[in-house]
Amino acid sequence: MNIVMILVGAVLVNNFVLQQFLGICPFLGVSKKIETAFGMGMAVTFVMGIASLFTYFIQHYLLVPLGMEYMQTIAFILVIAVLVQVVEMVLKKISFSLYQALGVYLPLITTNCAVLGVTILNVTKSYNLIESVINGIGAALGFTLAIVLFAGIRERLTMSNMPKWMEGFPGALITAGLISVAFAGFNGLI
Amino acid sequence: MKLKQVFTNGIITENPTFRLLLGMCPTLAISTAAVNGVGMGLATTFVLVFSNLFISLLRNVIPERIRIPAFIIVIATFVTIVDLSIKAFLPALSESLGIYIPLIVVNCIIFARAEAFAFKNPPLPALVDGLGMGIGFTLAITLLSIIRELLGNGTIFGVHILYEGYKPMMIITQAPGGFIMLGLLLAAVNALSNRKNNA
Repeated sequence: MNIVMILVGAVLVNNFVLQQFLGICPFLGVSKKIETAFGMGMAVTFVMGIASLFTYFIQHYLLVPLGMEYMQTIAFILVIAVLVQVVEMVLKKISFSLYQALGVYLPLITTNCAVLGVTILNVTKSYNLIESVINGIGAALGFTLAIVLFAGIRERLTMSNMPKWMEGFPGALITAGLISVAFAGFNGLI
Repeated sequence: MKLKQVFTNGIITENPTFRLLLGMCPTLAISTAAVNGVGMGLATTFVLVFSNLFISLLRNVIPERIRIPAFIIVIATFVTIVDLSIKAFLPALSESLGIYIPLIVVNCIIFARAEAFAFKNPPLPALVDGLGMGIGFTLAITLLSIIRELLGNGTIFGVHILYEGYKPMMIITQAPGGFIMLGLLLAAVNALSNRKNNA
Protein backbone atom coordinates (compact mmCIF):
# COMPACT_ATOMS: atom_id res chain seq x y z
CA MET A 1 0.00 0.00 0.00
CA ASN A 2 2.79 2.35 0.98
CA ILE A 3 4.50 1.75 -2.35
CA VAL A 4 1.33 2.52 -4.31
CA MET A 5 1.01 5.75 -2.33
CA ILE A 6 4.58 6.74 -3.17
CA LEU A 7 4.04 5.94 -6.85
CA VAL A 8 0.78 7.88 -7.15
CA GLY A 9 2.24 10.70 -5.11
CA ALA A 10 5.32 10.95 -7.30
CA VAL A 11 3.50 10.74 -10.63
CA LEU A 12 0.46 12.92 -10.00
CA VAL A 13 0.24 14.73 -6.69
CA ASN A 14 3.80 15.97 -6.25
CA ASN A 15 4.52 16.06 -9.95
CA PHE A 16 8.18 17.02 -10.25
CA VAL A 17 7.80 19.50 -13.07
CA LEU A 18 4.43 21.04 -12.37
CA GLN A 19 4.39 21.17 -8.58
CA GLN A 20 8.04 21.10 -7.50
CA PHE A 21 9.79 22.87 -10.37
CA LEU A 22 12.41 20.20 -10.92
CA GLY A 23 13.56 19.48 -14.47
CA ILE A 24 12.24 22.71 -15.95
CA CYS A 25 15.14 23.12 -18.41
CA PRO A 26 14.39 19.98 -20.48
CA PHE A 27 10.66 20.57 -19.90
CA LEU A 28 10.89 23.89 -21.74
CA GLY A 29 13.76 22.98 -24.03
CA VAL A 30 12.81 19.57 -25.45
CA SER A 31 9.04 19.91 -25.69
CA LYS A 32 8.50 21.15 -29.21
CA LYS A 33 7.50 17.71 -30.56
CA ILE A 34 5.71 14.79 -28.92
CA GLU A 35 8.18 12.12 -30.11
CA THR A 36 11.28 13.89 -28.82
CA ALA A 37 9.50 14.71 -25.58
CA PHE A 38 8.64 11.04 -25.11
CA GLY A 39 12.24 10.01 -25.91
CA MET A 40 13.55 12.42 -23.32
CA GLY A 41 11.03 11.12 -20.79
CA MET A 42 12.10 7.52 -21.33
CA ALA A 43 15.80 8.38 -21.05
CA VAL A 44 15.16 10.26 -17.82
CA THR A 45 13.07 7.39 -16.40
CA PHE A 46 15.90 4.98 -17.09
CA VAL A 47 18.57 7.17 -15.50
CA MET A 48 16.44 8.20 -12.51
CA GLY A 49 15.59 4.59 -11.67
CA ILE A 50 19.22 3.51 -11.76
CA ALA A 51 20.44 6.68 -10.03
CA SER A 52 18.01 6.12 -7.13
CA LEU A 53 19.37 2.57 -6.76
CA PHE A 54 23.06 3.52 -6.84
CA THR A 55 22.84 6.60 -4.67
CA TYR A 56 21.01 4.52 -2.04
CA PHE A 57 24.04 2.24 -1.77
CA ILE A 58 26.46 5.18 -1.85
CA GLN A 59 24.56 6.95 0.94
CA HIS A 60 24.03 3.97 3.25
CA TYR A 61 27.15 1.90 2.69
CA LEU A 62 29.74 4.58 1.98
CA LEU A 63 28.85 8.06 3.21
CA VAL A 64 27.02 7.19 6.45
CA PRO A 65 29.58 4.63 7.77
CA LEU A 66 32.40 7.07 7.02
CA GLY A 67 30.48 9.98 8.58
CA MET A 68 30.84 11.99 5.39
CA GLU A 69 27.22 12.98 4.72
CA TYR A 70 28.41 16.49 3.91
CA MET A 71 29.97 15.07 0.72
CA GLN A 72 26.48 14.09 -0.47
CA THR A 73 26.10 16.70 -3.21
CA ILE A 74 29.53 16.02 -4.73
CA ALA A 75 29.20 12.25 -4.47
CA PHE A 76 25.70 12.13 -5.95
CA ILE A 77 26.38 14.40 -8.90
CA LEU A 78 29.51 12.40 -9.74
CA VAL A 79 27.55 9.14 -9.57
CA ILE A 80 24.92 10.60 -11.89
CA ALA A 81 27.51 11.92 -14.35
CA VAL A 82 29.27 8.54 -14.44
CA LEU A 83 25.95 6.67 -14.77
CA VAL A 84 24.85 8.79 -17.69
CA GLN A 85 28.18 8.18 -19.39
CA VAL A 86 27.97 4.42 -18.77
CA VAL A 87 24.37 4.22 -19.93
CA GLU A 88 25.38 6.03 -23.09
CA MET A 89 28.25 3.64 -23.80
CA VAL A 90 26.26 0.49 -23.01
CA LEU A 91 23.33 1.58 -25.13
CA LYS A 92 25.67 2.30 -28.04
CA LYS A 93 26.96 -1.29 -27.84
CA ILE A 94 23.76 -3.27 -27.29
CA SER A 95 20.94 -1.29 -28.83
CA PHE A 96 22.11 1.16 -31.42
CA SER A 97 18.59 2.10 -32.48
CA LEU A 98 17.64 3.07 -28.93
CA TYR A 99 20.94 4.90 -28.60
CA GLN A 100 20.16 6.88 -31.71
CA ALA A 101 16.68 7.65 -30.48
CA LEU A 102 17.89 8.86 -27.07
CA GLY A 103 21.42 9.85 -28.06
CA VAL A 104 21.01 13.59 -28.12
CA TYR A 105 19.26 13.74 -24.75
CA LEU A 106 21.50 11.48 -22.74
CA PRO A 107 24.30 14.00 -22.01
CA LEU A 108 21.64 16.59 -21.12
CA ILE A 109 20.36 14.39 -18.31
CA THR A 110 23.40 15.03 -16.11
CA THR A 111 22.31 18.62 -15.66
CA ASN A 112 18.63 17.76 -15.27
CA CYS A 113 17.93 18.83 -11.71
CA ALA A 114 15.14 16.27 -11.40
CA VAL A 115 17.72 13.46 -11.24
CA LEU A 116 19.85 15.01 -8.50
CA GLY A 117 16.67 16.23 -6.85
CA VAL A 118 15.09 12.82 -6.54
CA THR A 119 18.24 11.26 -5.09
CA ILE A 120 18.48 13.97 -2.43
CA LEU A 121 14.75 13.74 -1.67
CA ASN A 122 15.07 9.97 -1.23
CA VAL A 123 17.64 10.59 1.49
CA THR A 124 15.77 13.42 3.23
CA LYS A 125 12.57 11.36 3.29
CA SER A 126 14.62 8.33 4.50
CA TYR A 127 13.09 5.91 2.01
CA ASN A 128 14.33 2.33 1.98
CA LEU A 129 15.80 0.72 -1.13
CA ILE A 130 12.53 -0.29 -2.80
CA GLU A 131 10.78 2.95 -1.91
CA SER A 132 13.70 4.94 -3.31
CA VAL A 133 13.63 3.17 -6.66
CA ILE A 134 9.82 3.41 -6.88
CA ASN A 135 9.98 7.10 -6.02
CA GLY A 136 12.68 7.62 -8.66
CA ILE A 137 10.74 5.84 -11.38
CA GLY A 138 7.45 7.41 -10.35
CA ALA A 139 8.89 10.92 -10.39
CA ALA A 140 10.37 10.24 -13.83
CA LEU A 141 7.05 8.93 -15.15
CA GLY A 142 5.42 12.07 -13.81
CA PHE A 143 8.04 14.08 -15.69
CA THR A 144 7.30 12.09 -18.88
CA LEU A 145 3.56 12.62 -18.49
CA ALA A 146 4.00 16.36 -18.00
CA ILE A 147 6.44 16.85 -20.87
CA VAL A 148 4.36 14.79 -23.36
CA LEU A 149 1.15 16.65 -22.45
CA PHE A 150 2.99 19.92 -22.76
CA ALA A 151 4.55 18.99 -26.13
CA GLY A 152 1.12 18.07 -27.46
CA ILE A 153 -0.24 21.48 -26.58
CA ARG A 154 2.84 23.29 -27.91
CA GLU A 155 2.56 21.53 -31.27
CA ARG A 156 -0.83 23.14 -31.64
CA LEU A 157 0.28 26.48 -30.23
CA THR A 158 2.73 26.96 -33.10
CA MET A 159 -0.22 27.03 -35.49
CA SER A 160 -2.19 29.61 -33.53
CA ASN A 161 -1.91 33.30 -34.06
CA MET A 162 -0.53 34.90 -30.91
CA PRO A 163 0.68 38.46 -30.31
CA LYS A 164 4.35 38.72 -31.20
CA TRP A 165 5.54 39.35 -27.65
CA MET A 166 3.72 36.22 -26.39
CA GLU A 167 5.29 33.87 -28.91
CA GLY A 168 7.77 31.29 -27.67
CA PHE A 169 8.63 31.14 -23.99
CA PRO A 170 6.06 33.54 -22.49
CA GLY A 171 3.19 31.63 -24.10
CA ALA A 172 4.78 28.29 -23.21
CA LEU A 173 5.20 29.29 -19.56
CA ILE A 174 1.61 30.42 -19.22
CA THR A 175 0.48 27.14 -20.82
CA ALA A 176 2.59 25.27 -18.29
CA GLY A 177 0.95 27.32 -15.55
CA LEU A 178 -2.50 26.23 -16.71
CA ILE A 179 -1.45 22.55 -16.80
CA SER A 180 -0.08 23.06 -13.32
CA VAL A 181 -3.48 24.37 -12.16
CA ALA A 182 -5.04 21.19 -13.56
CA PHE A 183 -2.54 19.02 -11.72
CA ALA A 184 -3.22 20.86 -8.47
CA GLY A 185 -6.58 19.11 -8.65
CA PHE A 186 -4.86 15.82 -7.83
CA ASN A 187 -4.02 17.15 -4.37
CA GLY A 188 -6.96 15.35 -2.82
CA LEU A 189 -5.82 11.92 -4.04
CA ILE A 190 -3.58 11.18 -1.07
CA MET B 1 36.34 42.85 -24.65
CA LYS B 2 36.59 45.46 -21.92
CA LEU B 3 35.90 44.45 -18.36
CA LYS B 4 33.01 46.87 -18.04
CA GLN B 5 31.40 45.35 -21.10
CA VAL B 6 31.87 41.85 -19.68
CA PHE B 7 30.21 43.01 -16.48
CA THR B 8 27.12 44.63 -18.03
CA ASN B 9 26.79 41.77 -20.51
CA GLY B 10 25.48 39.50 -17.75
CA ILE B 11 23.16 42.10 -16.26
CA ILE B 12 21.48 43.39 -19.41
CA THR B 13 22.54 42.10 -22.84
CA GLU B 14 22.65 38.44 -21.91
CA ASN B 15 20.65 38.42 -18.70
CA PRO B 16 20.56 34.72 -17.79
CA THR B 17 16.89 34.70 -16.82
CA PHE B 18 15.28 37.11 -19.28
CA ARG B 19 17.52 36.62 -22.32
CA LEU B 20 19.12 33.18 -22.12
CA LEU B 21 16.33 31.48 -20.12
CA LEU B 22 18.79 29.56 -17.99
CA GLY B 23 18.37 28.48 -14.39
CA MET B 24 14.60 28.30 -14.57
CA CYS B 25 14.15 25.71 -11.80
CA PRO B 26 15.31 27.85 -8.86
CA THR B 27 13.78 30.96 -10.46
CA LEU B 28 10.34 29.39 -10.47
CA ALA B 29 10.62 27.37 -7.30
CA ILE B 30 11.83 29.78 -4.66
CA SER B 31 10.51 33.12 -5.92
CA THR B 32 7.60 32.98 -3.48
CA ALA B 33 9.09 35.57 -1.12
CA ALA B 34 11.53 38.40 -1.75
CA VAL B 35 13.93 37.22 0.97
CA ASN B 36 14.24 33.82 -0.72
CA GLY B 37 14.91 35.46 -4.08
CA VAL B 38 17.75 37.57 -2.68
CA GLY B 39 19.18 34.61 -0.76
CA MET B 40 19.13 32.29 -3.74
CA GLY B 41 20.53 35.02 -5.99
CA LEU B 42 23.46 35.74 -3.69
CA ALA B 43 24.21 32.04 -3.12
CA THR B 44 24.27 31.45 -6.87
CA THR B 45 26.42 34.55 -7.42
CA PHE B 46 28.97 33.29 -4.90
CA VAL B 47 29.19 29.91 -6.64
CA LEU B 48 29.35 31.54 -10.10
CA VAL B 49 32.16 33.92 -9.17
CA PHE B 50 34.35 31.30 -7.53
CA SER B 51 33.72 28.49 -9.99
CA ASN B 52 34.43 30.85 -12.90
CA LEU B 53 37.62 32.05 -11.20
CA PHE B 54 38.93 28.55 -10.42
CA ILE B 55 37.96 27.02 -13.75
CA SER B 56 39.73 29.89 -15.47
CA LEU B 57 42.84 29.38 -13.31
CA LEU B 58 42.81 25.66 -14.10
CA ARG B 59 41.94 26.03 -17.77
CA ASN B 60 45.44 25.09 -18.95
CA VAL B 61 45.63 22.09 -16.59
CA ILE B 62 42.24 20.48 -17.31
CA PRO B 63 42.34 18.30 -20.44
CA GLU B 64 39.64 19.20 -22.94
CA ARG B 65 38.09 15.72 -22.93
CA ILE B 66 37.34 15.47 -19.22
CA ARG B 67 36.42 19.12 -18.70
CA ILE B 68 32.76 18.39 -17.85
CA PRO B 69 33.51 16.15 -14.82
CA ALA B 70 36.19 18.66 -13.77
CA PHE B 71 33.65 21.50 -13.93
CA ILE B 72 31.20 19.43 -11.91
CA ILE B 73 33.72 18.87 -9.12
CA VAL B 74 34.73 22.54 -8.92
CA ILE B 75 31.10 23.69 -8.91
CA ALA B 76 29.97 21.02 -6.44
CA THR B 77 32.75 22.03 -4.04
CA PHE B 78 31.59 25.64 -3.88
CA VAL B 79 27.95 24.59 -3.64
CA THR B 80 28.81 22.42 -0.64
CA ILE B 81 30.57 25.39 0.98
CA VAL B 82 27.49 27.56 0.44
CA ASP B 83 25.13 24.81 1.60
CA LEU B 84 26.99 24.18 4.86
CA SER B 85 27.48 27.91 5.55
CA ILE B 86 23.80 28.72 5.06
CA LYS B 87 22.81 25.77 7.25
CA ALA B 88 25.15 27.01 9.98
CA PHE B 89 24.55 30.77 9.90
CA LEU B 90 21.08 31.24 8.35
CA PRO B 91 19.01 28.21 9.38
CA ALA B 92 15.71 29.94 8.53
CA LEU B 93 16.82 30.64 4.95
CA SER B 94 18.14 27.08 4.67
CA GLU B 95 14.71 25.84 5.74
CA SER B 96 12.85 27.81 3.07
CA LEU B 97 15.30 27.17 0.20
CA GLY B 98 15.61 23.50 1.14
CA ILE B 99 16.62 21.15 -1.63
CA TYR B 100 17.25 24.01 -4.06
CA ILE B 101 20.58 24.93 -2.44
CA PRO B 102 22.33 21.62 -3.29
CA LEU B 103 20.60 21.84 -6.67
CA ILE B 104 22.65 24.95 -7.52
CA VAL B 105 25.14 22.32 -8.78
CA VAL B 106 22.94 21.61 -11.78
CA ASN B 107 21.97 25.24 -12.41
CA CYS B 108 22.58 25.61 -16.15
CA ILE B 109 23.82 29.20 -15.75
CA ILE B 110 26.93 28.07 -13.91
CA PHE B 111 27.67 25.29 -16.39
CA ALA B 112 27.05 27.54 -19.34
CA ARG B 113 29.40 30.24 -18.06
CA ALA B 114 32.11 27.70 -17.22
CA GLU B 115 31.91 26.23 -20.69
CA ALA B 116 31.30 29.38 -22.72
CA PHE B 117 33.43 31.90 -20.87
CA ALA B 118 35.64 30.82 -17.97
CA PHE B 119 37.32 27.94 -19.81
CA LYS B 120 38.46 30.29 -22.59
CA ASN B 121 39.36 33.48 -20.73
CA PRO B 122 41.92 34.65 -18.14
CA PRO B 123 40.95 34.76 -14.43
CA LEU B 124 40.06 38.45 -14.09
CA PRO B 125 37.51 38.64 -16.92
CA ALA B 126 36.13 35.26 -15.81
CA LEU B 127 35.60 36.61 -12.29
CA VAL B 128 33.93 39.76 -13.62
CA ASP B 129 31.74 37.68 -15.92
CA GLY B 130 30.65 35.51 -12.98
CA LEU B 131 29.85 38.62 -10.95
CA GLY B 132 27.86 40.21 -13.80
CA MET B 133 25.89 37.05 -14.52
CA GLY B 134 25.29 36.50 -10.81
CA ILE B 135 23.98 40.03 -10.32
CA GLY B 136 21.82 39.72 -13.44
CA PHE B 137 20.32 36.51 -12.05
CA THR B 138 19.85 38.02 -8.59
CA LEU B 139 18.05 41.08 -9.99
CA ALA B 140 15.76 38.96 -12.14
CA ILE B 141 14.84 36.46 -9.42
CA THR B 142 14.37 39.24 -6.85
CA LEU B 143 12.08 41.16 -9.21
CA LEU B 144 9.97 38.06 -9.80
CA SER B 145 9.80 37.23 -6.10
CA ILE B 146 8.88 40.79 -5.14
CA ILE B 147 5.95 40.70 -7.59
CA ARG B 148 4.83 37.27 -6.39
CA GLU B 149 5.13 38.16 -2.71
CA LEU B 150 3.24 41.43 -3.23
CA LEU B 151 0.33 39.88 -5.11
CA GLY B 152 0.26 36.57 -3.27
CA ASN B 153 0.77 37.83 0.23
CA GLY B 154 0.39 41.62 0.17
CA THR B 155 3.90 42.13 1.55
CA ILE B 156 7.44 42.87 0.37
CA PHE B 157 10.28 41.48 2.49
CA GLY B 158 7.60 40.64 5.05
CA VAL B 159 6.43 44.29 5.37
CA HIS B 160 2.76 44.95 4.61
CA ILE B 161 2.52 47.22 1.57
CA LEU B 162 -0.98 46.89 0.19
CA TYR B 163 -4.00 48.46 1.79
CA GLU B 164 -5.76 46.95 4.79
CA GLY B 165 -8.19 44.20 3.82
CA TYR B 166 -6.39 43.25 0.58
CA LYS B 167 -7.29 39.66 -0.30
CA PRO B 168 -4.05 37.93 -1.27
CA MET B 169 -4.14 35.92 -4.49
CA MET B 170 -3.03 32.62 -3.06
CA ILE B 171 -2.41 31.04 -6.44
CA ILE B 172 0.43 33.45 -7.21
CA THR B 173 2.65 31.99 -4.51
CA GLN B 174 1.71 28.42 -5.43
CA ALA B 175 3.22 26.43 -8.30
CA PRO B 176 0.91 27.58 -11.14
CA GLY B 177 1.46 31.22 -10.21
CA GLY B 178 5.19 30.79 -10.71
CA PHE B 179 4.79 29.71 -14.32
CA ILE B 180 2.17 32.34 -15.11
CA MET B 181 3.95 35.28 -13.49
CA LEU B 182 7.28 34.42 -15.13
CA GLY B 183 5.46 34.08 -18.47
CA LEU B 184 3.87 37.50 -18.07
CA LEU B 185 7.19 39.04 -16.98
CA LEU B 186 8.97 37.58 -20.03
CA ALA B 187 6.18 38.82 -22.27
CA ALA B 188 6.60 42.31 -20.79
CA VAL B 189 10.38 42.19 -21.34
CA ASN B 190 9.80 41.04 -24.94
CA ALA B 191 7.25 43.76 -25.60
CA LEU B 192 9.57 46.44 -24.20
CA SER B 193 12.60 45.32 -26.18
CA ASN B 194 10.51 45.00 -29.38
CA ARG B 195 9.33 48.57 -28.99
CA LYS B 196 12.91 49.73 -28.41
CA ASN B 197 14.10 47.94 -31.56
CA ASN B 198 11.31 49.35 -33.67
CA ALA B 199 11.77 52.93 -32.51
